Amino acid sequence: MSEDDGGCGGAGKSRNSGEYFTPYPDQVLENVLENVLVFLKSRRDRNAVSLVCKSWYRAEAYTRSDLFIGNCYAVAPRRVTDRFKRVRSVSVKGKPRFADFSLLPPDWGAHFRPWVSAMATAYRALEKIYLKRMSITDDDLAVIAHSFPNFKELVLVCCEDFGTSGLAVVVSECRSLRVLELIEDDVSDDEVDWISCFPPEGTTNLESLSFDCVESPINFEALERLVARSPLLKKLRLNRHVSIGQLQRLIFRSPQLTHLGTGSFAPLEIAGQQQVDNREPDYGSAFAACRSIVCLSGFREISPEHLPAIFPVSANLTSLNLSYANIDADQLRPVIRHCHKLQVFWALDSICDEGLQMVADSCKDLRELRIFPIDGSENIEGPVSEVGLLAISIGCRKLQSVLYFCQQMTNAAVIAMSKNCPDLVVFRLCIIDRYRPDHVTGEPMDEGFGAIVKNCKKLTRLAVSGLLTDRAFSYIGQYGKLVRTLSVAFNGESDIGLKYILEGCTNLQKLEIRDSPFGDSALWSGLHHFYNMRFVWMSSCRVTRQGCTNVARQLPRLVVEVFRGDGVEGGERGDFMDTLYMYRSLDGPRTDAPQFVKIL
Amino acid sequence: MMHLKETELCLGLPGGGGHNQEEPLKITGKRGFSETTHLKLNFVQPNESSSSSSDVSKDTTTTLYVKSPPAKAQVVGWPPVRNHRKNVIGGKRKTEEARLVKVSMDGAPYLRKVDLKMYKSYQQLSDALANMFCSFTTGNDGRQGMMTELMKESRLMDLLNSSEYVPSYEDKDGDWMLVGDVPWQMFVDSCKRLRIMKGSDAIGLAPRAMEKCRNS
Repeated sequence: MSEDDGGCGGAGKSRNSGEYFTPYPDQVLENVLENVLVFLKSRRDRNAVSLVCKSWYRAEAYTRSDLFIGNCYAVAPRRVTDRFKRVRSVSVKGKPRFADFSLLPPDWGAHFRPWVSAMATAYRALEKIYLKRMSITDDDLAVIAHSFPNFKELVLVCCEDFGTSGLAVVVSECRSLRVLELIEDDVSDDEVDWISCFPPEGTTNLESLSFDCVESPINFEALERLVARSPLLKKLRLNRHVSIGQLQRLIFRSPQLTHLGTGSFAPLEIAGQQQVDNREPDYGSAFAACRSIVCLSGFREISPEHLPAIFPVSANLTSLNLSYANIDADQLRPVIRHCHKLQVFWALDSICDEGLQMVADSCKDLRELRIFPIDGSENIEGPVSEVGLLAISIGCRKLQSVLYFCQQMTNAAVIAMSKNCPDLVVFRLCIIDRYRPDHVTGEPMDEGFGAIVKNCKKLTRLAVSGLLTDRAFSYIGQYGKLVRTLSVAFNGESDIGLKYILEGCTNLQKLEIRDSPFGDSALWSGLHHFYNMRFVWMSSCRVTRQGCTNVARQLPRLVVEVFRGDGVEGGERGDFMDTLYMYRSLDGPRTDAPQFVKIL
Repeated sequence: MMHLKETELCLGLPGGGGHNQEEPLKITGKRGFSETTHLKLNFVQPNESSSSSSDVSKDTTTTLYVKSPPAKAQVVGWPPVRNHRKNVIGGKRKTEEARLVKVSMDGAPYLRKVDLKMYKSYQQLSDALANMFCSFTTGNDGRQGMMTELMKESRLMDLLNSSEYVPSYEDKDGDWMLVGDVPWQMFVDSCKRLRIMKGSDAIGLAPRAMEKCRNS
């Protein structure tokens, strides 16, 4: 394709009167291209297309409707709105993941305000917003409600700084709202009855409503009326203020549900006392009426004796999230043994190795397993161990994603999993007792993680734990060629470990490290790669101010932030930087950094 | 959190051994790693063959692993579980952790676990235990009320010589005590393990229990 500017800017405007309109050749090609490109959805493919030549760059920019911003500070909103003109859906991700674990002081940033302001004028046809780890205020929600007449979907994950008043504005003014999903957000209770703020008359367009993270009580009667006039509602996730009796009423209203978050799954408490009702309603009949439920979650305050109510739907379930339910193996058994179609299973370690064996026996199609700890103390006897992991690896050969918290592990079990489950894409093992070696052999956990990167050829995400030496990292660097996300905590022996990673993992995008002995020379060895990454986080390691400054000077488009995790100004703790967070940016250092953040 | 230095436990070496005087050396918390390895090497050096092997791994290159004392200082953000999940697990019991204890019954083929925080009285616990082990008692009439009866202090001594089952527990000092001796909350705080034993085996328990109560 020629780079000639013959067709540049040509909108075929030169028209001789009386003759047919003949656009410039490049314009034809651009039109054709646009018509083809509308079918291209993958952003990686689109990025490649945009690099072919200017004409393709323009065509691609004109036809991209889904925008994905992986790091809100990598690019300024204005640059985005200048390039892409016809965006209908925007995803923005903000804070680094370690913010979830209190390692990032409050008010660090990731404000949605500049984005929503830019989009309010540039993208009037915007329909969808997806945010993860962003700070979004009630005012921002109001701007959304007022600026986008066709607004349809709002999904907020791990966001904060807004409350029920902002929700009220969105639900009352966004008449085309189909999807409102609040997932693990911190929503302040402004004592506003937002559920009542949906348009009071007529049917709604609601397809998905999730508010299980909203800690404030809701107006149940209003919710019931809302559900009754939402014939398209397929996904409903309630918060823990909805009792099991109320849940039953809702299900009867909405038998077409496919995804249900059950709320508390416990009876209503009256005046602080458990309501003892000898004639408890048959909760199972409600579930029996919902033949289409495939995804169950919630169970926030479950009374285990009510779990059998879900029997009628267990055989259809593809996803079951019991990770808020403190149940044991005996309570799990009658449910799980029917779940032959289960692909996603989240639970607490209260189910023990025995419960995991049951999962392995029944759920042959399992793709994703997450086991969370009830008790996060170290040096206790944990209820799950290598026994459970091994059982799962033997029974669930199609496993793709594992998150497993335990107190002890063996290399043998991890090696077995690497061989039994070659399709693993995500492997995150968290041995809570830090620096713990293989508890049978006393060896470091190097061989186990080495086997994972070696045998699981599709692996893109890895989190390591336990006692690891440089050897483990040499394996990861050598075999982890597809790894994009790596988490390291309280691991490692020396700088060489990090060097192996930075030199070996050619596809590494996101690196988060805490409390590990990696220093300036290791950091320096990544210079060739940092521009290809979304971010690097290193906290409580051994990088010095000088070392970080050197990197910042070498790479002018890298924003190098240093700060202390406790928000105290300065950045250092002892001889080393407390936290280093760095990322590439097209638009230089951000202007909204708080006092405690220093940009080198 | 970072200002609780004085209350944090640490392996204090005489004369320090680390580089920083501003903070006590400790295994936990946000210390540069070499401080801790330095510490451990110093600790082992005087007596390489000492049997602190239970505390220090035998790795010859670096002594990296030190099994921490039970009351380890809390590390920020560890384990990596989202605050949201930490707050919500257990629902009402927001700031308390589960008190899981193993329960064994003489003659029963396997152990069970109970969470003592789920119950508010001996009555509730006894109901739960009775349900758990109902298939293993030898057909006693009025078995439902058996456990409750046992736990009434007035009947304890009477039953000790019988072949009935007696619930006992191991407290945090390692002593075996009869269930029901102490107020409920004290029991929950000190119980490490439960064992439902035959009455005749439990004879030795009672005097110690009473003695302990007098001493505490």
